[in-house]
Amino acid sequence: MSGARLELDGIGKSFRGLRAVHNVSFDVPAGAINALIGPNGAGKTTIFNVIAGVYRPDAGSVRLDGRPISGLRPDRVCDAGVGRTFQIVKPFKGLSVLENVTVGALHRRPALADARAYAADILMQLGLHDRRNQAAESLTLPDRKRLEVARALATEPKLLLLDEVMAGLRPTEIDVMVTFLQELNRRTGLTILLIEHVMRAVMALAAHIVVVSYGEKIAEGTPAEIARHQAVLDVYLGEPEPA
Amino acid sequence: MSLLARLTDGVPARSLWGLGLLLVLLLVAPALLGKYGLSVLILVLYFAYVGQAWNIMMGFAGQLSLGHALYAGVGGYIAAGLFFHYGIGPWAGVFVAVLAASVAGSIVGYLGFRFSLAGVYFALLTIAFSEFTRIAFDHWGWVGGSGGLFLKVDATVDIPNLRGGPLLFYYVILALAVGAFVVCRVLLESRLGRYWLAIREDPEAAQAVGVPVLRCKMIAVVISAAMTSLAGVWNAFYYNNLFPETAFAMGRSIEFTLAPIIGGLGTLFGPIVGAVVLTGLGEIFTDLSELFHVSGLKQIFYGLALLVIVMYRPAGVWPWLAERLGFAEKRR
Amino acid sequence: MTADFFLSLAQAISKGLLTGMVYGLMALGLSVIFGVMRVVNFAHGEIMVVGMYLAWMGFEYLQVSPMLSLPVIAAMFFVAGYALQRTVISPFIGRPEHQQFLLLLAIAILLVNACLAIAGPDARGVQMDSQFESYELGPFVFDAVRVHAAVTAVVIAGLLWLFFTRTRTGKSIRAAADNNLGALVVGLDVRQLYAFTFGVGAACVGAAGALMITIIPVTPFLAAEYTLLAFVIVIVGGLGSMTGALAGGLLIGVSEAVAGLLLQPSLKSMVSFGILILVLLLRPQGLFGKSGT
Repeated sequence: MSGARLELDGIGKSFRGLRAVHNVSFDVPAGAINALIGPNGAGKTTIFNVIAGVYRPDAGSVRLDGRPISGLRPDRVCDAGVGRTFQIVKPFKGLSVLENVTVGALHRRPALADARAYAADILMQLGLHDRRNQAAESLTLPDRKRLEVARALATEPKLLLLDEVMAGLRPTEIDVMVTFLQELNRRTGLTILLIEHVMRAVMALAAHIVVVSYGEKIAEGTPAEIARHQAVLDVYLGEPEPA
Repeated sequence: MSLLARLTDGVPARSLWGLGLLLVLLLVAPALLGKYGLSVLILVLYFAYVGQAWNIMMGFAGQLSLGHALYAGVGGYIAAGLFFHYGIGPWAGVFVAVLAASVAGSIVGYLGFRFSLAGVYFALLTIAFSEFTRIAFDHWGWVGGSGGLFLKVDATVDIPNLRGGPLLFYYVILALAVGAFVVCRVLLESRLGRYWLAIREDPEAAQAVGVPVLRCKMIAVVISAAMTSLAGVWNAFYYNNLFPETAFAMGRSIEFTLAPIIGGLGTLFGPIVGAVVLTGLGEIFTDLSELFHVSGLKQIFYGLALLVIVMYRPAGVWPWLAERLGFAEKRR
Repeated sequence: MTADFFLSLAQAISKGLLTGMVYGLMALGLSVIFGVMRVVNFAHGEIMVVGMYLAWMGFEYLQVSPMLSLPVIAAMFFVAGYALQRTVISPFIGRPEHQQFLLLLAIAILLVNACLAIAGPDARGVQMDSQFESYELGPFVFDAVRVHAAVTAVVIAGLLWLFFTRTRTGKSIRAAADNNLGALVVGLDVRQLYAFTFGVGAACVGAAGALMITIIPVTPFLAAEYTLLAFVIVIVGGLGSMTGALAGGLLIGVSEAVAGLLLQPSLKSMVSFGILILVLLLRPQGLFGKSGT
C-alpha cells in the first residue's frame, strides 16, 4: 500500500442555486498528510463529498495519481483507492464491529475468511479488537469514530479522507489517534487529507493546510504560515468555536 | 473448500446433529403422519420456502417488498399455461417461469432503485406492480381471465408432468425448502451476502466502502423473484387452479412476509420457525372456530396472535427461542 | 353521437369529482397520520369499512340516516383512534417500518374479521329516498346522494382546515408534522399530539365511511381495496400534504369514472395503479408534496 497524489482543479458545486463550493484548487502530494480547515458551513464536507463521488462537481476536476475520478460513483472512487469517513458516523449498526470492518476488507479480499482476518488485524491496530464481537450500535462515540477509520482503512486506500474524526475525543484519545495516523503514514506512505476543528491535531499532523471560507479557498501553507495569515485570522475571529 | 465444508464451517457440532436429525425426520415424516398431518407439513414447508425467498430481499438486503405475489403468480401462470395449452411439462416450463419472474423482478427493482425509492415508497411500488398485473391477468384470455385457469386433477403419479398426490408434492417442496436454506446460508456467508447486510444497515456507508449498491440490490431482487416463482409453479400444480384474484392478491404477498417477520428477519431459521408458528396457529384456530360456527373467528384469533407476537417479540420468535435453546445465531 | 359522447364524458367526470371528494376525505385521514407520526396506517381501509358498517347499523336498526349518524361515528372514531394510539401504536413510533406494518396489519385483520363475524359476508347497503332523487343542471344529472356526500365531505375538510390553521392544537399538530424535535423543544406534549392526530385521522375516515355507505353497499372485502385506494391517493397527492390528499382524491375519482366509461369498469383500478407507478417514479414526493432532497 502506498499513497496517491490528489489534485483538485477549479472545483465548483451549487445546490439549488446556492453556491457551496467555488473554484477550489489544491494538491495533496503522495504520502503527505494535509488538512482542510475552515469555519462551519465553509464547504469542507462538500469538497470531501465531491472527491468521494457523492456529488458530481458542476465545474472542475478531481484527479488521483493523474487519473480523473470526478463524476464516478462512490464505490468506483473507492475502487480507485479513496477511503473516507463520515462526519456523522455511519456504522452498520446491527452488525458486529468485526463485521463492519470486514465489509470494507471484502472490497479487495473477496474471500470472507481472508477479509475477516485482515479486518481483525486493523481492529488490533486501532485498539478495537476487544470489542470486535460487540454490536456497532453499542459503541461509544469515540469508538465509533475509530470504527469509521478502521472500516475505511480496510478498503486499502491510497488516499484517506478523514472528516472530523477527533471531534468528541478526549485529549489523551486525540494523542493516541494522532500517533496512530502518523505511524500509519510513516509505515505505509498513505496519503491523508483531514477535515479537523481540533487544532492540536491539525498542528501535530498536517504538513500543509488549506483554509476555506464561504466555499472558497482563502489561504494555504504550512501550519506556521497559516497561524500568521491575516485572512485566516479574520475568518476565525468571528468564529470562536475552534480550539 | 468443498461445498459441504463451507456450509458447515463454524457451525457447532451440536447444531449439525440437530439439523441432520430434523432432515431425517422430515424425510420419513410421510410414513409417520396421516393425511391431515402431511397436508399441514406441506403448508409449513411452503411458507418456509417462500419466506426464505422473501427474506433475501428484506431480511438481507433491507428492501421491503409487499408485492411478491407478482413473482409467484407470474411463475405459476406461465408454467401452468404452457402445460395447459401445449402440454409442456413444468420441469421445462419452470425455466420460462423463472426467467419471466426474474424479468419482472428486474423491472420493479430497476425502476424502484434507479429512482431511489426506499422504505414505504418502494413497498407501494411493489404493491402497485402486483395489482396492475392482477388486473391485466383478469383480462387476458390465454390464462383464462378472471374465470381462472384449471389443470386436470389427476392423482396418478406422473413425475415428468408433476402430477400426483400429496406425497409427490411433499417431497418437491421439501427439496425446495432444504435447497433454499442451503442457498441462503451460502449467500449469507459470501461477499454478496455481507454487502447486502451492509446495504440494509446503511446504503451510503456501504457505497463508500466500495459496495456497488444498485447491482447488489438488483441481484437480491432477481434471486428472490426467481425463487418465489418456483413456489408459484409448485403451488399451481399442487392446487390445480389459478385465479388472478388470489394469485396476485395483496393478501398473498402479505402471507409471504409473515413467516420471516414473525420468525426473525434476516436469520436463516426465522422463516422456518415463523412458518411453523403461523401454520400451527392457523390450524389450531381453524379447529377452535369450527366449534363456534362464526365466520371470521379464525382470522380474529390469528390477528390477536400476530398482535401479541409483534408487541412482545418484535425481533421475531427465533432469536428469542434460539437464545433459550443455546443455539444463538452468531451476530453478524 | 359525439355530442352524446361528450355529455356522458362530462357526466362521468362530474360523478368522479363527487365521489372523489369522499375519497379525498378518506385519504386525508391517512395523510394526516403519516405526516405527523411517519406511521403508515395499513388498517386505513379497514377503519373506513367499520365506519360504513356502523352507519349501516344505525340506519338498519335505529332508522338514523347516515348523514345524521356521521357526527356520532366521527366522535366515536376520534375517541377510539386516540385510545388505540395511546395504548397499542405509541410504542411503535420510530420502530422499523416492517414492525409498524405488521402491527397495523394485525389491527386490520382484527377489524375486518370482526365486521365479518358480526355482519356476515353479504353486501349491506342503506335504502334511502334520496338515492332515487337527482339534481338537474342543464343537460347534466347529478345523483342527489353523491352531491350530499360530496358537499358534506367538503364541509368537513373545511372544518379540518380551520382546525389546523386556527386552533392551538391544530397548529401544534402541523408543527409536529414539520419538525417533531422543534415541537418537543417548545414544550408540546408530542405523545398527546400523536394520539390526538390518530384520533383526527380516524374521525376523518370514519366520516368518509358514513358518507360512502350512501353511495355503495359495504362488504368486508372492500377494506383492502380502500386501503390501497387511500395509498394511491395520498402518494399521488403527496404523502403528508392535506391539499394533496383532497386533490389526489378528485384525480383518482375522475380517472376511475372516466376509465370506467372509456375502457371497462373492471379496468378502472388498473388506471389508478398506472398513475401511482408514474407518480412514484417521476415525482415521488407527489403532485402537491414539498420536494425533498
